[in-house]
Amino acid sequence: MRDTVEIRWHGRGGQGAKTAALLLADVAFQTGRHVQGFPEYGPERMGAPITAYNRISRGDIRIHSNIYQPDYVAVVDETLLRSVKVTDGLKQGGAVIINTPKSPEEVRPLLNGYTGAVYTVDARAISERTLGRNFPNTPMLAAVTAVTGVMDKESFFREIRASFTHKFARKPEVIEGNMRALEEAYAAVEQAIRKQDTPLRKTA
Amino acid sequence: MNHTDKNCKTIQMTSREIRDRMSGNEAVAYAIRQIDPDVMPAFPITPSTEIPQMVSTYIANGEIGTEFIPVESEHSAMSAAIGAEAAGARTITATSSAGLALMWEELLLAASNRLPVVLALVNRTLSGPININCDHSDGMGARDTGWIQIYAENNQEAYDNYIQAFPIAEDPRVHLPVMICQDGFITSHAVENISLLEDDAVKRFVGQYEPEEFLLNPGRPVSVGPYAVSDYSMEAKKGQEDAMERAGSVILETAERFCRMSGRKYGFFEEYRMEDAEYVLLLMGSAAGTAKAAVDQLRQQGIRAGVLKLRVFRPFPAAELAEAIRRCGCRALAILDRCESYNGVGGPLGSEVTQALYRAKVYTETVNYIYGLAGRDFTVEHVFGIVDELRDVADGKVLPPDHKYIGLRS
Repeated sequence: MRDTVEIRWHGRGGQGAKTAALLLADVAFQTGRHVQGFPEYGPERMGAPITAYNRISRGDIRIHSNIYQPDYVAVVDETLLRSVKVTDGLKQGGAVIINTPKSPEEVRPLLNGYTGAVYTVDARAISERTLGRNFPNTPMLAAVTAVTGVMDKESFFREIRASFTHKFARKPEVIEGNMRALEEAYAAVEQAIRKQDTPLRKTA
Repeated sequence: MNHTDKNCKTIQMTSREIRDRMSGNEAVAYAIRQIDPDVMPAFPITPSTEIPQMVSTYIANGEIGTEFIPVESEHSAMSAAIGAEAAGARTITATSSAGLALMWEELLLAASNRLPVVLALVNRTLSGPININCDHSDGMGARDTGWIQIYAENNQEAYDNYIQAFPIAEDPRVHLPVMICQDGFITSHAVENISLLEDDAVKRFVGQYEPEEFLLNPGRPVSVGPYAVSDYSMEAKKGQEDAMERAGSVILETAERFCRMSGRKYGFFEEYRMEDAEYVLLLMGSAAGTAKAAVDQLRQQGIRAGVLKLRVFRPFPAAELAEAIRRCGCRALAILDRCESYNGVGGPLGSEVTQALYRAKVYTETVNYIYGLAGRDFTVEHVFGIVDELRDVADGKVLPPDHKYIGLRS
């Protein structure tokens, strides 16, 4: 992991992009990192495009602005590809991770000439299979962790289970489903990473 | 950690450090749980709503004994706070933007009746256009209401400032209400690392509230808020101003005591890389963190830039600010306002800082910038642009522009 990793999340109000960013900050904190997780709100309504951000660093984080040159971009809703330039400012050597049943080749034409790494994960199908409803943010969280390498797999699953146990203290029956959603998405992205020609994860 | 002071660290700290992560709103609610105040009247408004919401949960779970009063407006929230505080109860509330504006009349009553209410202000712009995001126009609009105002850069400072508010407000030399301000969404909704204090240490630090005079004291009856004829009103107002002047030394004493507990040092303002700074940015709130990050990069290029982050806006530390600028001998100073005064010449900090410099006979070039209104983002690139302009002004290449907007659509 480089010294500071910056991630930008694109979603629609109600899909949990903000929650995913806050959960990622939570687990990264547990692995000893300095973290920021914050939302940017436009109009406050269901379905409106929203952005959320993560900074994950080995040192103090002082900057309090949005992220314009992210290392990674996560797209929780593929319909945003037609209205939002999600890859704007995305750094060379980074990656965009998109929730879609399509292949990276199928969505690339919607990325405004972006030539870097693209990962797709069918977060909706995974969520419906494991949770019985469409909560795409949970599988996306695993996909983002797998692609960015901000923490190792073992730490991620250990800390996220602890986080869910706390978060879902009043409805522990949903914990296992959420864990399965994460495992499926993580495995799918690991497979995709292995297929890529160039190694994606950068070391500091 | 910001503000960690070497001298402080050598002292035996009286609280263990608890490392955690939380948003600015959570940090204030956490401090409220530790302090366990007597009464909280509040009305929800974005982005401060989470504070009364979280406190209500603490109350419902039986973690604190605070009496929560769900009122029908912010005017009522401050009215109830005044009543509770006058009765002798340690009283708090939280609000933002139009909520603070609706409290306006009552803010003046809390201050003039010398009631040490503590208000968590989560800064948000005032309408219109209607917008939920951060600027300082709500706090600045209340700058002449007689409240002490302390601003925070991040969740850590919001937490630390909040704990210090009570000993400041309740000190017999002060007896004034305190507003603890943090930037809406930018810090209130951002989860970041934080260093918390132990519950017992916080309780010992704020102590029991024992007002000298209060309404529910049959042994010593007082009246609160009576009519005063012109023969006496002016003395009351001068008494209030004297208390605000005395608040300065109490704020510093409290900061020193807080440092012994936490290892974190606070003052009226923080000087960041100011020792030999030729170009200085003076500002408040979360943007100061962004400015520090930019200054670090400029220093690597050999540009001597610094940041003066104002923490205490009321009382206004005019002489100390001017002395800090004189000491570093800066060639040009940017004064950044996250608020417009609509007076045709500049923002509130622009006016008050230049007055302070003039009265102290510190004649440096100044430029008053307006930035970040209604949540407009403020970035390190904006700081680079400001310092470039300061250099041109200092070199006499351009005349100092007055009242310039940053990040405006062209």
